[in-house]
Amino acid sequence: MNKLSVLTKGIIKENPVLVLVLGTCPTLATSTGVTSALGMGAATTAVLICSNIAISILKKVIPDKVRIPCYIVVIASFVTLVQMIVKAYAPALNTALGIYLPLIVVNCIILGRAEMFASKNSVVDSALDGIGMGIGFTLTLLLMATIREAFGAGTWAGIPIPVLIDHPISIFTMAPGGFAVYGLLIAIVIKLTSGKAPRRKSFDCEACPSAAFCGRGSCDDLDLSKKEVAAE
Amino acid sequence: MITIKGLIAILLTATFINNYVLQQFLGICPFLGVSKKLDQATGMSIAVIFVMMIATLVTWPIQTFLLTPNGLGYMQTIVFILVIAALVQLVEMVLKRYIPALHASLGVYLPLITTNCAVLGVCINNIDSEFTFAQAMFNAFGSGLGFLIAMLMFAGIRQHIEDCDPPESFKGLPITLISAGIVSISFFGFAGIVDNLFG
Repeated sequence: MNKLSVLTKGIIKENPVLVLVLGTCPTLATSTGVTSALGMGAATTAVLICSNIAISILKKVIPDKVRIPCYIVVIASFVTLVQMIVKAYAPALNTALGIYLPLIVVNCIILGRAEMFASKNSVVDSALDGIGMGIGFTLTLLLMATIREAFGAGTWAGIPIPVLIDHPISIFTMAPGGFAVYGLLIAIVIKLTSGKAPRRKSFDCEACPSAAFCGRGSCDDLDLSKKEVAAE
Repeated sequence: MITIKGLIAILLTATFINNYVLQQFLGICPFLGVSKKLDQATGMSIAVIFVMMIATLVTWPIQTFLLTPNGLGYMQTIVFILVIAALVQLVEMVLKRYIPALHASLGVYLPLITTNCAVLGVCINNIDSEFTFAQAMFNAFGSGLGFLIAMLMFAGIRQHIEDCDPPESFKGLPITLISAGIVSISFFGFAGIVDNLFG
């Protein structure tokens, strides 16, 4: 795989939010405004790049059996670092992101990339993958936040937009608007790629951070009867 | 002053007004992933309530008696996620050994919620809101109950979505998300209910 495609695949072809459907919680929660979306995107990208590099360096040292707890420690350390930096230099952003800043640690994108990419590839590739996925995440958040803030509040990063400012549709900035805009964007992506994009029909294990604990084929296989059959 | 009234207010607020899934967007992955069948949705939600309660039971004392007095508040994220992960594994082992019946019905779901943002979210929320231990436990139970209600409602709605024939591009996830948005609107109906009841 050449370096450029490693970098760019996260932005469009394997966009973490719209195609892989990862990191849904922070996407929905922080896309209410452009400023908080950019802050969340930047914080997540920073953690993603650092953890990808660290895990790629440590991949030969980390024993396979305890790899997930090890990844979690690495990721949590970087999240703590980012938290401290944000608290010190951007207290307003810290208030805006609130609980979602420490929750970067359980963002599926980061653990997913560690498990799927960084643990199998070289340091440079992992860093590029982190940058690409981070940009893809940030751009999607920015797009969603632009739609939600422009229609919901009539502003863009606090700057009033003519016409829209007089007719804000405040449901866009509230919880239901988040679900609806996200659903519409995914539908548009499916339409534009005419179904060619790797569409996630069900929530399979490929990107699920809990897959290593769980060991089931897909969330659809959570059937207890099946499990008993397998155990026998 | 902790009163029963205050505790019930916290419980109702966590369940209906600040519903974790539909208002705060925590735990969306299991909400979308495991809400296809009613029995699975129920099992998953009960496991979430269970883990939220034991996670609060352990993390609240750790923060209050260990981290804060020693000036280690910044270690919260690392400590909490590790404690929760270890705890879930431990509980699974204990259940398997001593209460196999319970393990058979909840065991599948336990590992799935180790890295669930709703569980870590409720622990951090308890600390950020400066709850006392009793308040924290009620908040954890209420949040889990809210998750259960959202899951059950949505599992019922999803069975109807399966029978519908939406436009090709909307099939699968998009229509599910838009339905979730509509369900979320219904929870606006609860806004103000606690203030009116207990205010």
